Amino acid sequence: MSDYTLNKLKAPRLLYWGIFLFLGFLIVIGLASSSYMEHEGHYVTGMNNQIVWGLPHIFAVTLIVIASGVLNIASMSSAFNKKLYKPLAPLSALFAIAFLIAGLIILVLDLGRPDRLIVAMTTYNFKSIFAWNIFLYSGFFVILAVYIWSMLDFNVTRFSSLVGKIAFGWRIILTTGTGSIFGFLVAREAYSTAVLAPLFIVMSLLYGTAVFYLLLRVISRLQSINIPDEITKNIRRLMIIFLLANIYFLILYHITNLYISKQIAVESFILLNGGGYTTMFWLGQVGLGLVIPLLYEMTNDEGRSFGLTITSLMVLVGGFFAVAVIIIGGQAFPLNIFPDHIILESSFYDNVIHSYTPSIFEFGLGVGGTSLALIIILILITNLKFIPVKK
Amino acid sequence: MNNRRHFLVKSASALTMTFIVPSLLSSNAQAKKPLDQKVTDKKSWGMHIDVDKCVDGCTACVDACNEENGLTGFGRPETDSQWIRKIKIKDKTTEKITTMPMLCQHCENPPCCDVCPTGASFKRVDGIVMVNQHTCIGCRYCMMACPFKARSFVHETLTTQNTNAPRGKGCVESCNLCVNKIDHGSDTTACEDACSKAGHNAITFGDLKDSNSKVRLAIESNSPRRLRDDLNLKQKVFYSNI
Repeated sequence: MSDYTLNKLKAPRLLYWGIFLFLGFLIVIGLASSSYMEHEGHYVTGMNNQIVWGLPHIFAVTLIVIASGVLNIASMSSAFNKKLYKPLAPLSALFAIAFLIAGLIILVLDLGRPDRLIVAMTTYNFKSIFAWNIFLYSGFFVILAVYIWSMLDFNVTRFSSLVGKIAFGWRIILTTGTGSIFGFLVAREAYSTAVLAPLFIVMSLLYGTAVFYLLLRVISRLQSINIPDEITKNIRRLMIIFLLANIYFLILYHITNLYISKQIAVESFILLNGGGYTTMFWLGQVGLGLVIPLLYEMTNDEGRSFGLTITSLMVLVGGFFAVAVIIIGGQAFPLNIFPDHIILESSFYDNVIHSYTPSIFEFGLGVGGTSLALIIILILITNLKFIPVKK
Repeated sequence: MNNRRHFLVKSASALTMTFIVPSLLSSNAQAKKPLDQKVTDKKSWGMHIDVDKCVDGCTACVDACNEENGLTGFGRPETDSQWIRKIKIKDKTTEKITTMPMLCQHCENPPCCDVCPTGASFKRVDGIVMVNQHTCIGCRYCMMACPFKARSFVHETLTTQNTNAPRGKGCVESCNLCVNKIDHGSDTTACEDACSKAGHNAITFGDLKDSNSKVRLAIESNSPRRLRDDLNLKQKVFYSNI
């Protein structure tokens, strides 16, 4: 793709409006869900004083992790000077901005007091990793905007490589920050480990690449263009590397916990007797999200695009389960307040596995937020020149 | 006729401004000390709980806390606030069964304050850990971080509140050692009073810096421990005979 030019998306008018209205409808559902939750209070959700973070957080964390990872393609071009990916770099940065906005909107709309966003933006506790994340997210947004500008405006294109390298470094720190939101929680045995930071980084690399490929497939369909085989083959190779890295860090995380005696109970909960969480872990996170895609792609020597599409979908669904196991599974296991005792009775559910059934409103908010990312992409690629086409 | 009405209205307003409003303001200004003084580190509030004296089935401390802070539930135990709760535990080795109240442990190194993005969770210089209801954004990160599950999120609209314990839908809250009573000069909490009234005296509250305070004497005459001492949070709530 050395001889290319960037163009606007030229999808059939009816199809464009169909997608636009469908996504718009889902966004309205999301807004309605959020406003109902805020008006009534969070008791209408499945979240409670035991499971304090629920489905909206699974959506938000997944989207933020994707936002960081989807920048892979641009990083390959700018930070590692792989010319093959250069035409796709602006699209990659655009996806990153869109998913970041969507993830953050969901987080904000799930707050108990979303009207106090201005407090969160102006009053900082610098010891809080959450506060640091606010800086990391807003910084990433600015860097991405400058990065896109430097790639699209010929007058400043000489800076794109430098900005791309900064963006690459920033996204690594950003995902470290996201992982550390959990890693810094000493109270909960499923978290409180630094391994979560690199685990989140490799998760972002994997899910981001999968999402990029899926969106690229959709755009190529809309635009009636073919994705060059070289790109498909390269993305396949990347997927294999990221799948292996994910499996490595996942094993490391669980082996570390299994080695520490006091963590064995929570490990048995996730790996053996956690009911739905164990099923989500083995079938969703490990089976669907890692092992099957790896086995398939190892044999997909020719880099068949249909296969890679299915693999990417599986990785994405498995990734959703992975985040769910981390967020909900980690909270469902009761706190170890008395290591030498068994809690017999408590009015606050200290002695039982906490239950969580997400409500339709949480799902509505999550789907609405995800649709927001997609509609941002749709609007921008239709009105600005992001799609590489051969001259 | 109109003039006379205006005259009466204006006279009544003038009288109100001259006599009633200043009397309301002055009643505020005359609040007991140390409300009009800055909180200092000369005191360090803490609590001792003798679990051997805590009686199974008694909920006097919980009831008193609910009344003091206006914690009326909505019949939904999973989302209703609990600032203090009773727990029954069994020692894994000795199989001794004990019952005890659990509340915010008022850590010297509170994880809730560390993680709070806006600093709404804060520790006063006298050791009380509490939530600023004006800057809490309801992210619930403090609830994720607390090792004692001491915090509750207000899940629904509150229709009745006690003026001494302001609460807010969408904010996080927890035991504040009856900070309003303390700031009005009291040196006891609602739960301690109730426990004492019930004749159990399991809860002792007071100034840890005062060597003659009842809480210091209780700590020195027992060998209390802190829960999850391995986390080195240096809580101000001590438990004896667990």
